[in-house]
Amino acid sequence: MEISSFFSTRDLNAWFGKTLAVRAVNMSFAENTVSAIIGPSGCGKSTFLRCLNRLHEEVPGARVNGTVLLENKNIYSKDVDPVELRRQIGMVFQKPNPFPAFSVFDNVAVGLKLAGIRKSTILKDAVERSLRMAALWDEVKDKLNDAGTSLSGGQQQRLCIARALAVEPRVLLMDEPTSALDPISTAKIEELVSELKKAVTIIIVTHNMQQAARISDQTAFFLLGDLIEYGATSQLFTAPKDNRTERYITGRFG
Amino acid sequence: MKQKDYRIALLNTWIEKSSQRRKVINWGVYVALSLAAILALIPLISVFSFVTFRGFSALDWDFFISLPKPVGEIGGGIANALVGTAILVGFGTLIGLPWGFGIGIYLSEYGASKRASAIRFTVDLLASIPSIVIGLFVYAAVVVPMKRFSAYAGGIALGILMVPTVARSTEEILKLVPIHIREAGLALGLPRWKVILRIIFRGSLGALITGVMLSVARVSGETAPLLFTALSNRFWSHRLDQPIASLPVQIYNYAISPYDDWHRQAWGAALVLIFFVLFLNLTTRWAMKKGTK
Amino acid sequence: MIRSKSHKDIHFADRFFAGTLQAIAWGVPLLLVFIAIFLTWKSLPTIRLFGFSFLTSQTWDPVQDQFGALPVVYGTLVSSFLAVLLAAPISIGVALFLTELAPSWLARPVGFLVEMLAAIPSVVYGLWGIFVLAPLLRTTVQPALAKSLGHFPLFEGPPLGVGMMAAGVILAIMIIPTIATLSREVFLAIPAIQRENALALGATRWEMMQIAVLKTARSGILGAIILGLGRALGETMAVTMLIGNRAEISASLLAPGQTMSSLLANEYAEASGELHLSALLEVGLLLFLVTFIINALARLFVWRSTLGKSPR
Repeated sequence: MEISSFFSTRDLNAWFGKTLAVRAVNMSFAENTVSAIIGPSGCGKSTFLRCLNRLHEEVPGARVNGTVLLENKNIYSKDVDPVELRRQIGMVFQKPNPFPAFSVFDNVAVGLKLAGIRKSTILKDAVERSLRMAALWDEVKDKLNDAGTSLSGGQQQRLCIARALAVEPRVLLMDEPTSALDPISTAKIEELVSELKKAVTIIIVTHNMQQAARISDQTAFFLLGDLIEYGATSQLFTAPKDNRTERYITGRFG
Repeated sequence: MKQKDYRIALLNTWIEKSSQRRKVINWGVYVALSLAAILALIPLISVFSFVTFRGFSALDWDFFISLPKPVGEIGGGIANALVGTAILVGFGTLIGLPWGFGIGIYLSEYGASKRASAIRFTVDLLASIPSIVIGLFVYAAVVVPMKRFSAYAGGIALGILMVPTVARSTEEILKLVPIHIREAGLALGLPRWKVILRIIFRGSLGALITGVMLSVARVSGETAPLLFTALSNRFWSHRLDQPIASLPVQIYNYAISPYDDWHRQAWGAALVLIFFVLFLNLTTRWAMKKGTK
Repeated sequence: MIRSKSHKDIHFADRFFAGTLQAIAWGVPLLLVFIAIFLTWKSLPTIRLFGFSFLTSQTWDPVQDQFGALPVVYGTLVSSFLAVLLAAPISIGVALFLTELAPSWLARPVGFLVEMLAAIPSVVYGLWGIFVLAPLLRTTVQPALAKSLGHFPLFEGPPLGVGMMAAGVILAIMIIPTIATLSREVFLAIPAIQRENALALGATRWEMMQIAVLKTARSGILGAIILGLGRALGETMAVTMLIGNRAEISASLLAPGQTMSSLLANEYAEASGELHLSALLEVGLLLFLVTFIINALARLFVWRSTLGKSPR
């Protein structure tokens, strides 16, 4: 497998207080691919993901050290502004969480508005494009002024994806984005992920191995804060190198 | 793809332009919020230091055991006001405690119905009625018919003021008792009222007393409702149907007087009052913290 | 084996117990209704005699038996609004500081101290106001205002220290804990994930506060401010000691005034005539109704935004 230098981590450690949650992880992600991270709950996969857009450090008592390179630039170096960085590395969370008191339109436009873009033609364009990319435009184009929270759960999650896409991120982090959704909405989002990788690099944390197998190019297996195995999805699920991986994917774990 | 690159390049220039301004605003807000916190604490610090420094010089043994001196004479103390406050608060507790406990038990044990939420709402409203209105009401309902200010009237006013705080703290505390304890009691074949009184209420008694102490702390500083009811008195008074002195009213009367010596005593009395109120507040907090651990 | 007689007894005792508690609890709404009716009944003489002009007349003269409450209504509204104007931004700032900015080792003691502001008795604030705040206003703040803004009617007149401005400032200090602690609860009720959503979009911390906290908490903040207003409207001792106690309407914040509650506190002892007593009770009734409505409204707002958590 060719390792691209687009986005990678070197010896990344993350702590909660004195607890080491992620231990010396080295990973690279190629551009325009989908990488899945699997592992039992509490294995540090979500924490690892939150280190990639420097959100982990916002938790009181949390600490990170190590290197995360985005196109050879360490995002943890002193001259990087986490605010600007988080625009380039978008994130979608487990529970759909449109901002209450914001309309559908404003939910998508909010990132651009924050970035200082006021011109309504640009905003309208961007909102429509993002909603189309999130496969939501046809469903909401007549209710752009309704509250974002008035949509169904699956629609809300796609709204959050559109919101993240609107600011043109390079990378999209997804933290178990379908775990709160019904099967039909889940299928829609999985379909969407495969479509979206043409535009952004996607890293998705999931507790659902079938999902990882369906949508990802590479898969990583985490256990107790360690990266156990990382490789092409087809290979990891059929011929894992580590027997802990094998035990996990065959359901014999714990 | 080309079009996309152009769009992103445009976006980046926009963002570049605004990012410095956003950072500055962000820091400005940090400063403003910290200033707000400092500004809010200045009066607290100022009140405490003035009360402590000015009040301390007024304190001596005599201050606690003497009666007020007539106008013009230097000296005198707050002995009758201390006793008066104790009597008024004690009398108020006699009214506020059972009534508040009753409501609290009702709200926690039978509080799921719509009717109970309506009562809960009115309890909160009673808590927000200005204390001077309660005083005025007691004045018109008790003082005017009796044709005299009295400790009774003052106690009734303070009692009414205690009800909402006692009731709500009782409710909150009893709700902390896990449901399985109730069920265990009922499963023993005990009737519900016995479970409530013997197991739940008695089991939480320590915490409940803490709640009562907080409301005692609150009413012992109340002045306005006492003006209309207990009035004040320069002498020892042990009869409940007579006007009676109290610490807050004495602070008020001394503070608005034109005499320096009374001002000095007002600060001294304020120090005693604040010390008492804070002592109750801090010990109850400490007890609560210990209780939740 | 269940003996049917004792079973019945248990049933009766339980019902009796529940009934007694319910009766005790119903005492509160009954008391509120009784207060309203009683105050109305006792103020019938002035209600009959003056009718609506009680609210529009500016003369309050117990000697001539002329009673108009306009100056005290005006004084109450102005001092309370001034207080809210000063206290609301500071309180919301404090609440944001406590929930969004300060690390917990700092937020806990500062939050505790702000709560302690509420524990200081009103009369002690009044004492402090007379001997610390009023002189400060008289010697420093008010001359400066008169010098720079003296041509506005709002800041006209001699610097007395005591007056509408002093009352507004002391009320502001007293309602800061109310607004700040309630807003803090409302902010804390907002899930952390919503803040992370904003940060993940590339918001600065302040932008995060705006879109994830303030905008969501709008109705809760409004409720907290209205509750603060309610407290300011009925606050008595500190105001009585600082407002100057003159029932006149003046455009200047430097001039003395009178509020409904300070009027009551000042005239309680001399209400000899039936009409004077009735007029005072009508003022009390007004104060009761105003605070009642304001608080009912505020609780509705706060309740809506903390999703049923009791507004305390």
